[in-house]
Amino acid sequence: MPLTVNGADHPTDGLDPAMPLLWVLRDVLGLTGTKYGCGIAQCGACTVHIDGVATRACQVALGDVRGPVTTIEGLGTPEAPHPVQAAWIERQVAQCGYCQSGQIMQAASLLAEIPDPTEEDIDAAMSGNLCRCGTYPRIREAMRAAARAMKGA
Amino acid sequence: MGRARTIARRGFLIGAAAIAGGVAFGVWRFKTPYPNPLLADLPEGAAALTPYVVITKEAITLITPRADKGQGAVSIQAALIAEELDVDLDQVRTEFGPPDRAYWNTALSAEAVPFRATDRGWLAETARGAMAAPMKFLGMQITGGSTTVPDGYDKLRRAGAVARETLKATAARLQGVDLASLTTERGAVILPDGTRLSYRSLAAEAAQTEPVAEVTLRDPADWQLLGKPMQRIDIVAKSTGTQGYGIDVTRPGLLHAAVRLAPQGAALRSFDATRAKAMRGVEKVLPLPGGVAVIATSTWHAMQAAGAIVLDHGPSPFPPDMAGHWQALSESFDSARQDSRFRDAGDVEEALAGGADLEAEYRAPYLAHAPLEPLNATVLYTPERVDIWTGTQVPRFVQRNVAAITGLRTEAVHVHVEMIGGSFGHRLEDEAVRHAARIAMAVPGRPVKLTYSREEDMTHDFPRQIAMARGRGRVAGGRVEALDLAIAMPSIVASQMGRQEIPAPGPDLQIVAGAWDQPYAIPHYRVTGYRAPELAPISSWRSVGASTNGFFHESLLDELIHAAGSDPLEERLRLCDHAPSRKVLEAVAEMSGWGTAMAEGHGRGVALCLSFGVPCAMVVEVSVTPDGIRLDQVHVAAEVGRVLDPVNFDGLVKGGVVFGLGHAMHGEITYRDGLPEQTNFDTFRAMRLYRCPEIVVRGLENGDRIRGVGEPPVPPAAPALANAIFAVTGTRLREMPFDRQIGFA
Ligand code: FES
Ligand code: FES
Repeated sequence: MPLTVNGADHPTDGLDPAMPLLWVLRDVLGLTGTKYGCGIAQCGACTVHIDGVATRACQVALGDVRGPVTTIEGLGTPEAPHPVQAAWIERQVAQCGYCQSGQIMQAASLLAEIPDPTEEDIDAAMSGNLCRCGTYPRIREAMRAAARAMKGA
Repeated sequence: MGRARTIARRGFLIGAAAIAGGVAFGVWRFKTPYPNPLLADLPEGAAALTPYVVITKEAITLITPRADKGQGAVSIQAALIAEELDVDLDQVRTEFGPPDRAYWNTALSAEAVPFRATDRGWLAETARGAMAAPMKFLGMQITGGSTTVPDGYDKLRRAGAVARETLKATAARLQGVDLASLTTERGAVILPDGTRLSYRSLAAEAAQTEPVAEVTLRDPADWQLLGKPMQRIDIVAKSTGTQGYGIDVTRPGLLHAAVRLAPQGAALRSFDATRAKAMRGVEKVLPLPGGVAVIATSTWHAMQAAGAIVLDHGPSPFPPDMAGHWQALSESFDSARQDSRFRDAGDVEEALAGGADLEAEYRAPYLAHAPLEPLNATVLYTPERVDIWTGTQVPRFVQRNVAAITGLRTEAVHVHVEMIGGSFGHRLEDEAVRHAARIAMAVPGRPVKLTYSREEDMTHDFPRQIAMARGRGRVAGGRVEALDLAIAMPSIVASQMGRQEIPAPGPDLQIVAGAWDQPYAIPHYRVTGYRAPELAPISSWRSVGASTNGFFHESLLDELIHAAGSDPLEERLRLCDHAPSRKVLEAVAEMSGWGTAMAEGHGRGVALCLSFGVPCAMVVEVSVTPDGIRLDQVHVAAEVGRVLDPVNFDGLVKGGVVFGLGHAMHGEITYRDGLPEQTNFDTFRAMRLYRCPEIVVRGLENGDRIRGVGEPPVPPAAPALANAIFAVTGTRLREMPFDRQIGFA
C-alpha cells in the first residue's frame, strides 16, 4: 500500500514495515521538518497528523500507518502559512525552533477539534510537547491568537 | 575608565575592522589582526571588506561567527552589522563563516579574571585587557558565557561601518564626486542627483579600494534596527519546518550511523555484535575508542543495531553510587582543597566566634544539557580532505581535533557550522564529532551522518557540576551581620579544558561564581571555594558555576534575613552596594507589588544574582493547592546596559526563567556504576507547559556596558522559588530537585 504524505503517494516496496513513520519521513522521503527528540513518545517533536489526528510519528510503524499523513511541510509553507504557523511567526515563538514543528502540529490539531479551547484544554493537549528552550509562555499566546484568527476567518 | 581598557578596546576594534590597513598599529603586537580568512577562496569579483561582510554581484552576505543554538545569535549579529552597513535584513544572506582565528572572542576573556564584574578599578581593567592576549593566541572562536552581544557590539557595527564607508569611497572615486555628498540607504550608495548605486554593483571595484579604517559609530538615538522589535531572520523557517539543522543535513549517497558507548572513563574490553550484524539495513560495525559504531541505511536501523550490541567493559573511575559522589564533596571542605577565597570582608571568624545564628548545608545535583536536538555530525572523509557539517560552539577545536584523528592538515579540514537545536553548553564539547570522523574514515568517499540516540546523548553528556555548600551566619538588630559560605565542587574548567588538552592553571573562578561576586556589603562576608576531586566528567551548563552557587548564596542570605526577622527584599536592598543591582531589585518589587497582602495560601520569594555582569532579580509567586505547590507568576528584571531587540530579549529571559525553575523542581542526573540512571525525558523530567507560570520581564538599561542575557536569568530562579515556598509553607528547601521533598501542582 502506498504511503500518502501531504497529498502525494510514495511507494513503500522494499521498505522495512517495522521502521517508524518518523524515520521514513526523515531518512527515506527527506521530509526533515518532523524531528527526532526522544523516540519514546515523551517529547512530541515528531508529531504529525494521520487522518487529521495528532500522532507521534516515532511510535507508528510504517506498516501500521492507516490513512493520509500530513507533516509540518504540508500544513503550510513560508509563502502560505497555516493560521497556527502565522500566529507562531507573528508572536516569534521559536528560539532554537527544534520542538516547534511538533508544537505547531499539536496545536493545529487541537484547534481543528476545539476552535475555542480553554486554558485547561491547552494544558491537556500541549503538555506532551517538550520545549527545552522554554517557549511555553509564547506558545500559549500564539494559540490564543491563532484561535481568534481562525474564528474570524 | 583606565588607560589599559582604552588600549585593549582600541586594539580589538582595529583588529576586527581594518584587516588590510591595520598594520599601522603594529606597536601593539598581539593586536595585529589575523589575515582575513575569506580572502583565501573568494569568487572572482567579490570584495571582502572585513571578515564580517562579503559582497558580490549576486548577494550581500553577513558573516555571523557565533553559533546560533536558539538564542537568536544570527539575527542579532546580522542586525549589528546591518545597522551601520545600511541594509535591511531582508536584503542579506547570513553565514556562520569558517573556523578561523580572526573570529576570536574578546568578551570571554573578561570573565576569566578574578575581579567582580562590578569592579571597574585599574587593576581589574588591566587584568581584563591582559587576558585578551592569550585568548587571541588560542584563537578562541567560542560561543558561550553570554558573550555574543558584548563581543560583537562594537566589532560588528564597526565592520558594517567600515564596509559602508569603503563602498562610499568607491562610488566617490568612480563617479568623481565628493565623498561627503554621498549617503547610503537600503544597500545602495545614493549620489547627489538621487541615483542609486547598489552595493552589489560596486563590489568588484570596492575590492580595489583601501578599506576606510577610521569610522564613527552612529548614536543609538539614530538607530533604525537596533533597540526596536525585530523579526528574527530564522522565525519563518522555524515556524514552517523549513529550517535545516545539523541533524537534517543530507548529501548524495548518505549513510547513517549510531553509537553504543561504554560508561565514561571505563575501558572497553570487548563487544559482541553478532546480533547487530545480522540486522536489517546494517552495513558495517566498527570499534571506536570507548564504544562501537554501526553504519546502516537509516538512522533508525543504525540505532536499533547499536542497541543490540553487548559491551564488556571495566568499571568507570568515579564512585559507583551517589553516596560516594556526595561523600567526596563533603570531604572537600578542607584547607588542603581550598581553591579560592576572593571575598573576605570584615572578620568572619571573629564575628562567628560566639556561635552562628544559623548553619545550613545545600546540595545541587548533576544535570543533563539535553537540548532537544540530539548530538550529530555528518562527515565526508577522503584521503585529501574532510568535510564536517555540524552544529558546534567550538569550530576551531573541531577542526584541530579532526585533523589529529585523520592525520590531515588543519587546512584540509572544512567545518560547516549548522543551525543548532538547543545547546545550553552541550555543543561546547566535540566528542560526537570526533566519533563521526572516525566512522567516516571507515567509508572513504561516502558521507555518513552520526546521530546519537536520546539515550546515548543523555548518558554520555558531560553534565552540570554536582555541588555542595555549607553556610553559616549571624544576625543582630534585624540585620545580617555575617555571612560565611563555603562551596565544594569539582573544577568545571579543568574537566572541560582537559578534554581539549588546554591547561587551566590557577583557581577555578566557576567554583565560586555567582557567590563571591555578589553586590552586597555585609560587614563580615566570606566566600571560599573548595576544589573537589574529579568525579563524573562535567561541563559548562547554562550559567555554569552560578547555576548552583546562585541557589546556595541566595538561599543562605534569605535564611539569615528570616532569622533576623526582616523583610527579604528590604534587607537585600539595604545590603546592596551596587546601584544597577538595586535598580533590578526595586523593579521587581514594584512589578510584583512586593509588600502588599496576599491571599491565604499564597506567597512570594525574591532572589538576586549577578552573573556574567548582569544583575538579575526575580520574584516568584506560588500558592498551595490540594495537588501541591502551584507556580503562579514570575516577575523578572535584568540590567543589560542596552536591549538590542526587545522581543528576543523578552523571549530569552522567559526561557532562562523556565530553564532555571524546571530544573530546580524536577531535574537530576544520578549515576549508578558509571551511567546515569536517567536515560530519556521520561526520567529526566523538565518543565511542561501546564506547570509554566506567567512570566513578566523588564529589561533595564542603566549599566555602562552591554551584556548578554542568555544565562543570567537562570541562577536566581531556583532560590526565588525556594524562598517563595518557604514563605508560604515554612519548609526550607536546601536540595535540588525540590520535588524530592515537595509536590507540584
Ligand atoms: S521523538 Fe516522538 S515523541 Fe519524542
Ligand atoms: S524552541 Fe528550542 S526546544 Fe522549543
